[in-house]
Amino acid sequence: MSAKTADKIATAVIVTLAGVIVLILAGLLGFIFVRGIGHISFDFLTSPPETIKEGGGIGPQLFNSLFLLVLTLLITIPLGLGAGIYMSEYAKPGKVTDFIRLIVEVLSSFPSIVVGLFGLLVIVHFFGFGFSLFSGALALTVFNLPLIVRITEQGMKSVPVAQKEASLALGLSKWKTIRSIMLPIALPIILTGTILAAGRVFGEAAALLFTAGMSSPRLDFTDWNPFSPMSPLNPFRPAETLAVHIWKINSEGLAPDAPEIAAGASAVLILTVLAFNLLARWLGRVMHKKFTATK
Amino acid sequence: MAQTGRRQKPKQHIIEEWTGKILTSVCIIFLVVTIFSMVYFVATKGLSSFIKDGISFGELFGGVKWKPDGEPPIFGALPFIIGSFSTSLLAALISAPLGICAALFMIEITPKFGRKYLQPVIELLAGIPSVVYGFIGLSVIVPFYRDVFPGQGLGIAAGATVLSIMILPTITSIATDAIAALPTGLKEGSYALGATRWQTLYRTVLPTTLPALMTGVVLGMARAFGEALAVQMVIGNAPHIPGSLFESTSTLTSVITLSMGNTVMGSVQNNVLWTLALILMMMTFIFVFVVRWLERRANR
Amino acid sequence: MKKSLMLVLTLVLTFMLAACGQNNTAKSNNNPAESGNANSGNTSSETPASELSGSILAVGSSALQPLVDQASKKFMDQNPKVSIQVQGGGSGTGLTQVSGGQADIGNSDVFAEEKLDADAAAELVDHQVAIVAMAAVINPDIAVDSLTKDQLVEIFTGKVTNWNEVGGPDQKIQIVNRPSSSGTRATFEKYALGTKTEDLEGSIQEDSSGTVKKLVKETPGAIGYLALSYLDDSIKVLKYDGVEANEENVTNGSYPVWAYQHMYTKGEPNEVVKAFLDYMASEDVQNNDVIELGYIPASKMQVKRDVDGNITK
Repeated sequence: MSAKTADKIATAVIVTLAGVIVLILAGLLGFIFVRGIGHISFDFLTSPPETIKEGGGIGPQLFNSLFLLVLTLLITIPLGLGAGIYMSEYAKPGKVTDFIRLIVEVLSSFPSIVVGLFGLLVIVHFFGFGFSLFSGALALTVFNLPLIVRITEQGMKSVPVAQKEASLALGLSKWKTIRSIMLPIALPIILTGTILAAGRVFGEAAALLFTAGMSSPRLDFTDWNPFSPMSPLNPFRPAETLAVHIWKINSEGLAPDAPEIAAGASAVLILTVLAFNLLARWLGRVMHKKFTATK
Repeated sequence: MAQTGRRQKPKQHIIEEWTGKILTSVCIIFLVVTIFSMVYFVATKGLSSFIKDGISFGELFGGVKWKPDGEPPIFGALPFIIGSFSTSLLAALISAPLGICAALFMIEITPKFGRKYLQPVIELLAGIPSVVYGFIGLSVIVPFYRDVFPGQGLGIAAGATVLSIMILPTITSIATDAIAALPTGLKEGSYALGATRWQTLYRTVLPTTLPALMTGVVLGMARAFGEALAVQMVIGNAPHIPGSLFESTSTLTSVITLSMGNTVMGSVQNNVLWTLALILMMMTFIFVFVVRWLERRANR
Repeated sequence: MKKSLMLVLTLVLTFMLAACGQNNTAKSNNNPAESGNANSGNTSSETPASELSGSILAVGSSALQPLVDQASKKFMDQNPKVSIQVQGGGSGTGLTQVSGGQADIGNSDVFAEEKLDADAAAELVDHQVAIVAMAAVINPDIAVDSLTKDQLVEIFTGKVTNWNEVGGPDQKIQIVNRPSSSGTRATFEKYALGTKTEDLEGSIQEDSSGTVKKLVKETPGAIGYLALSYLDDSIKVLKYDGVEANEENVTNGSYPVWAYQHMYTKGEPNEVVKAFLDYMASEDVQNNDVIELGYIPASKMQVKRDVDGNITK
């Protein structure tokens, strides 16, 4: 076999395999959307689920998913930014830094079920938060934090050294330089990364089964006092998220239209993740343009 | 972001410097505390089955019989350990060539199309929740295997197929980064010597990026090893070492999800489930160490 | 190095303090029922003493969850100051949490004595709110209508592996079982088989009724068991010793495969929890929701069964 034929065969194999991936993907998305999209309506997105009757919606679950995401980001972003900045700016190369980097890696690849069990043992039982949004947010923090740390580190490293040094040379303190010079430049990368990470949080179920619970109490959407037990904003109430809801109706659903609800909810979930991805890309482009134009 | 003048007094300068240091250190310490408490709690729970309930190491790791409600109860976790390893290994074996080919396609064959369309779509795969994968596995892959192969369709093969799609984004994105990071001189040199594209890829690109590619595969395996819900739905969950790839078996994660809610905390079976969780946790450490070792080789 | 050590200590301390503080607020938000009506002092002083207020947390059996969930919604409509949260998680979780005081009510489909040790079980008070009956179900392509107890035992212990040995077509039997820790399996083994079975090689185990139903429906030669509420035309329901699994046969004692659904409290319940449990036992729930959701009302039972399985009329 001549080198040319080998080259042709190899190229064909690579292109075919890439094609297979595209096919798998198209099949996957097609399967979910064809079954699910027809079921999505305004009513489906806003009404509460039904136990045995037809026509239940996913309103509270959708709200819970979004609210849980906001809570998680409220906890992870400050912590992740701080830790990321430390790693890229303050950490001196050595044993300790290596060790912390190892921890970040381990934390990011922990199986979600182990995190869920840890949450059940420590957050739910030991600290007595019960099955609640707050417990769920803390468990999700464990996954999300290492991602944000890594993203922040990458963002800070992307800042041109000259810019940083110019600021330091002007007599600004290091902290001031980080806050006012470096962070704004790193922001597009950090933001894009955070949104992409948010998509993963949105679909997580295994850890939440054990921490945020599998039921959604009656919500009163006119009550916005976060301390009232029926308020949607109360972080200490149990909350079933969309992904957990899919798991639940697949396994124990009694409603006659359970398969359709599961399909519809899956489609909503993926559309949301898709929206996150597109948003991240768009935001990244816009911010990149803005910052490079003002420079 | 108010600019409070460029000439600051030294004292203020020091205060600012310390605020920054303290604030960021606090965040790091939070990370460290989290991981230590996780290891501590899971380990104390997991080890109690050996210490308190007197189950021997050999029985747990070597036993092939799992009879938690037998008289006396027998806890042999070897079938689950084997199930976990074979499922994740097989998933990596399926996914690795696909992922690496996708990366080669994106970087070397059609950079424009690949970067712009294929990559975002593969990234989207990472965002599909595992519950949905499990559901599709049960509705599409299991019936397919049931019709085509002898057996019930559930088993290692179905689990590995579902997992291989789930870990594809991990392997692809790491492979893409590694191949894209190659100095162009290396490839151009090869082309200049008259090598075809395949010769260049095979003789130059793949060998130089091999440790990085392996890193991706190992990380993908780690993810497959820890995945719970999707696997539990398609693996069949019989606590036995299967005779074929299409026979019902269990993994560490599937037995935990199945039984954790049904057992009472503090009971022997519950403690053993925590031991399995501890094994999962230890495996994460091992995977991370393998990745580090590979990365060190890549940097050399 | 010393400084960082101090930092660690301070942080751990603040973290603990913050957690404890939040812990208290969470408790008073979620579990005021524990301290009776002590919570929300302003509301209780304004409202007449007869109106109930407080919150209840009920955790446990996923088989019982839909019923408690639905009844709790109606109860909350009648008592707007009461908030009830119903959680799944399995019977084991329910018993753990009620025994440990994290939950007010532990839902379980087995007697507490079968899961907890004797001391812990003795502290719990049993409230039996409904009955769940189970039936063996098979793939609709198998032409078998009824199996005797002995035939079922032989199938589930692996002695009979082909349907033609029990009067069916030549088709391998595929068992779709539950995990050994499952309450549903415990009930089925105790009252339908009368013996514990081992997990056979190649058998499928699923914990959720939905998945069991799907697999029995699709897998050739499959046999499993489901609660009556999950039965429909997509699967075939077997008679047990010639007795059909229906409400009448269960209540008069001729169909034995059923279990109580328990709602356990630790000690005697407080006012709010008691009101809710009374409501669960009331005609309003027993004659409507219980039947609607496919359970059998506890009040209708003509036979009683104790923890050891002894049946009394």
